[in-house]
Amino acid sequence: MGNHSDGSPNHSGTVATAGQNEVEKFQDPGIPPHRLRLADTDPKAAKRAERQVALLFGISVVGTLIFLVAYFAIDLGEDTAIATIRLQNALLGIGTAFAMLGIGTGIVHWAKALMPDHEVSEERHAIRTEEDRLAAVRIVDDIVEETGIKRRPLIRNTLLGAVALAPLPALAVFGDLGPRPDNTLAHTMWAPQDGKLKRLTRDPDGTPIKASDVTIGSAFHVIPEGLNELHEGKLNEKAKAVVLLMRLNPESLNPSAGREDWGYNGIVAYSKICTHVGCPVALYEQQTHHLLCPCHQSTFDLTQECKVIFGPASRPLPQLPIAVDAEGYLVATSDFHEPVGPSYWERDEHERNINA
Amino acid sequence: MSATSTPNAPAFVAKTKGGRITNFVDERVGGSGILREFGRKVFPDHWSFMFGEVALYSFVILLLSGTFLTFFFDPSMAETRYAGSYTPLKNVEMSVAYSSSLDISFDVRGGLFMRQVHHWSALLFVASVSVHMLRVFFTGAFRKPREMNWVVGGVLLILSMAAGFTGYSLPDDLLSGNGLRIIDGVIKSIPVIGTYTSFFLFGGEFPGTAIIGRLYMLHILLVPALILLMIVLHLFMVVVHKHTQYPGPGRNDGNVVGYPLGPVYAAKAGGFFFIVFGVVALMAGFFTINPIWNYGPYDPSPVSAGTQPDWYIGFVDGALRLMPGIIGDWKVEQIWFGHVFTFNVLLPALVPAGIIFTVLFTYPWIERWITKDNREHHVLDRPRNAPTRTAIGMAGFVWYCVMWAAAGSDLIATHFHVSLNDVTYWLRALFFVGPVIAFIVTKRVALALQRKDREIALHGRETGRIVRLPHGEFIEVHAPLDEYKRYKLVGFESPSPLPAEPNAHGVVDKKEKRRAKLSQWFFEDRVAPATPAELAAAHGHHGTHEAVEAGDSQKTLSH
Repeated sequence: MGNHSDGSPNHSGTVATAGQNEVEKFQDPGIPPHRLRLADTDPKAAKRAERQVALLFGISVVGTLIFLVAYFAIDLGEDTAIATIRLQNALLGIGTAFAMLGIGTGIVHWAKALMPDHEVSEERHAIRTEEDRLAAVRIVDDIVEETGIKRRPLIRNTLLGAVALAPLPALAVFGDLGPRPDNTLAHTMWAPQDGKLKRLTRDPDGTPIKASDVTIGSAFHVIPEGLNELHEGKLNEKAKAVVLLMRLNPESLNPSAGREDWGYNGIVAYSKICTHVGCPVALYEQQTHHLLCPCHQSTFDLTQECKVIFGPASRPLPQLPIAVDAEGYLVATSDFHEPVGPSYWERDEHERNINA
Repeated sequence: MSATSTPNAPAFVAKTKGGRITNFVDERVGGSGILREFGRKVFPDHWSFMFGEVALYSFVILLLSGTFLTFFFDPSMAETRYAGSYTPLKNVEMSVAYSSSLDISFDVRGGLFMRQVHHWSALLFVASVSVHMLRVFFTGAFRKPREMNWVVGGVLLILSMAAGFTGYSLPDDLLSGNGLRIIDGVIKSIPVIGTYTSFFLFGGEFPGTAIIGRLYMLHILLVPALILLMIVLHLFMVVVHKHTQYPGPGRNDGNVVGYPLGPVYAAKAGGFFFIVFGVVALMAGFFTINPIWNYGPYDPSPVSAGTQPDWYIGFVDGALRLMPGIIGDWKVEQIWFGHVFTFNVLLPALVPAGIIFTVLFTYPWIERWITKDNREHHVLDRPRNAPTRTAIGMAGFVWYCVMWAAAGSDLIATHFHVSLNDVTYWLRALFFVGPVIAFIVTKRVALALQRKDREIALHGRETGRIVRLPHGEFIEVHAPLDEYKRYKLVGFESPSPLPAEPNAHGVVDKKEKRRAKLSQWFFEDRVAPATPAELAAAHGHHGTHEAVEAGDSQKTLSH
C-alpha cells in the first residue's frame, strides 16, 4: 500500500491543487510514434487482408441474391399463410443484411487494414479574421445609419406595428380547419330521442341487454341503441357514449342524494371514457369493485360512485341514469348529467347548463 | 479570359483517368477548390463520434423506406371493409388508412419488410440523436464556438420526435388511436384555446375523419423538410468549426489530429452507412415491431392493457402517470372563475419536457456565464474532468429515466409481481430524489476517477506482479507510464472558482455575486492534474519510502 495517494486533500477535503502555470505542467509530447500494422510489413498479411475484403464483398453479392430469390420465389396471394410472409420477411432481412454488412464491413476492413493509417495533424484556421469583423461591424452600422431608422421613430414604430399584425391573416386562414366546439362535447347519444328512451346495447353487436341478463359480478361493454346504424360520425359518437355496465350487491352501493334511482337493483352504468385524458377505462376488478384505466392507471371505486382512489384522474367517472322498460330491457332515462371524458376549458360551464 | 482559354495555350493534360474526370468537372463547374479544401480534410476518430453518423444514416434509411411506403399507403379515414389476405380481419369495418397499412404488410411483397425497416430506423434515429446529444453534453463539445450547433441539435431532437409521433399514428390502428386520444386529452387541458385547438386539429370532435390525412402531410412533407434543413445547417457548422477531438498527446485547441477524409475517413464513414443499414435490416427481418394486425382498427371503446408508446414519447406518458389527480381530498383539477384548469394533465405534460428542453437549449450560455470562459474549445473534456457538468447531466438523465420508467409502471408491476401502486409511489419519490442522488454520486465518482488518474500518472499502473523483497516484504510492482499515456491523464485544466468581480462602474452587483456563488459550486471540489514536480517527488518518495518501511519492519522484528 506504500504507493498510494499524493493527491492529498488540503482545504475543502476534496481539493487537490497544484501549480496551474505553464512551467509546472507536463509538456505535450506530441503525436505518439506511428506503429506499423502487420499488413504494412508482411506482404502475406497484406494479401490475406485483401482476400478477406474480397470475401466480404462476395458475401454481399450472396446477400443480394438471397433477397432476389426470396422476393421472386415467394409470391403473396389470396391465401398466403402468415408463416410464409414471416419466412419471406426474414429472408429479405437476411439478404439485405448480408448485402449491406458485406459492403460495409468490407470497406471498413479495407480502410483499417490496407489504407495508410498515419494520424496527421492539421492546423485549425480561425473561423473569422479580425479584419473581417471590423469591416462587418462597420457595414452593419452603415446600413442602419443609411436607413435612418434611428432618426425616424415614426417609420420604425409603424413598421413594427404592421409587421406584428401582418401574420394574423396567416393564423386566421386556418379557421376552417375545424368547426367551433360550441357545446357538442356536452351531449352524447344517450339523450332520449322524441321521448323514446335509448336502450343499452352490447358493444360491438348492438343487441339490447335485459336486466335479467346482468348477474351479480358481471360487467358489460355498452353502446347506445342505434349507434351501429349511424352512417356518419359513428366513431365520434362512440368516443363519447361508451359505457360500462356492472351489477353489484345493492347494499355495497351508496348512492348520494339525487342518484338513488340512477341504478336498477344493483345494476349501475358509468362512462367508460377516463376523466383524465380519455382512454377507455376497460379493466374491471370484480373483487375490489375497482375500475382501472390501462393507459395511466387511474383507479375508480365503484362503491363510491366511481370516485378517484388512485392515479392521475381528478374527477369521478360520470354516471348514466338507467332504468328498465316495459319489456325488461335496460334503458337510459336521460343523457349524462355532465360532459364525459377529459376536462376542457368550458367544461364546468357546460355542466352547469346541463343541470340548470 | 484566363490563360487556359486562349487557343494557343497548351491544354492541361491529366495523366490518369481520375485526373481527367476531375479536370472535366473542374473546367465546367470549378470544383477543384472545394476538393482541395475537403479532399484531405482531417477528421478525428473516436467511437463516440459515430452516434451522430448513425443518426444521419438512419435518416437516409427513413427517407428511402418512407418513400417506398408512400407508394402504397392511403391516408384516408373513409370506412371500408377489409378484403385483403389477412383472414382474422376479413370483412371487418376499418379505415382505408388501416386497410392500406395491412395491404402493405400482407399483400405487397417486401412491404412488411419496408414497414419494419422504417419503424426500426425511426426508433434508431431518435435514439442516436439522443445519445449523440448526451455525448456532446458530457464531453463539453457544446462550448464556444459550437453553441449554435448545439441548439440546432436540440431542434433536431424535437423534430425527430415529431416525425416519429406523426408517423406512429398513421396506420390508424387501435394502439396509435389511443395515443391520439391521449394527445387530444392533453390538448383539451390547455387553458382558453384547448378545446378549439382540439377541434381544429381533428377537424371537429375526436377522432373525426381528418386527422390521419393532416398528420400524413406533416409526416411526409413538413417535418422531414425541416429535419433536412436542420441537418444541412448542422453539417455546415461542423465543417466551419471542424470536428472536436478528445484530449491526448499532440492534440490541442489549435489543431486537428486524425485521418484525412480521403481515403481512410471517407471509407470508414461510408462503410459505416452500409453497416447501419445492415443492422437495421437484420432487426427488421427478425424482430417484429408494431404488429398492427394484432391490434385491430381504431375503436374508442377497447384498449389493450400493458400498451406502451414508442420509447421517445415514454417520458411524457410516464410523467402523466406519475402526477396524482387528487392529493388527499384536494382535487388537482381546479375550477377558477367558472373555468377548468386541468393541472393534473397540464403540469406533467408541459413542465418536465419544458424544463428539460429549456435547460438543454440554454445550458451552453449558463455554463459560459458561470465560468466566464470565453475561449474557443476544440479539445473535449473527459467527463470526469468536468465533475459538476457531468453531475448536472446525470441528474437530468436520471430524471428523464425515472419518467421514462414510469411509462412502464404497469409492466414493472406485472413482471416483478409488485403492487402497481407501490411502483408509482416509489417512482414519485424518485422523481424528486433521483436527480439529487445522481448528482451527488456522479460528482463523487468523477472526482474519484480523477484521483485514480493522478495515482496512475504519478505511480504507474499496477502490473499484478508481486515481488518479494530481501527482507521478506511483498510489494506489487508498478510500471511507469510512457509519456504519451501519462499526458492523456494529466493534460486537462482544473479551473478554480472565480470570485465576484466589480463591473465597469466598480460595483460588485447582485448578479455577479450570484455568479460567483455558482462558480464556487461549480469548481470548489476538484482534483488538479499531476505535475512534473509531483512526479519527481513521487519517484524520490519511493526510495525513502522503502527505507522507512524497512526500518519499520526491523522494529517489528525486534519485538
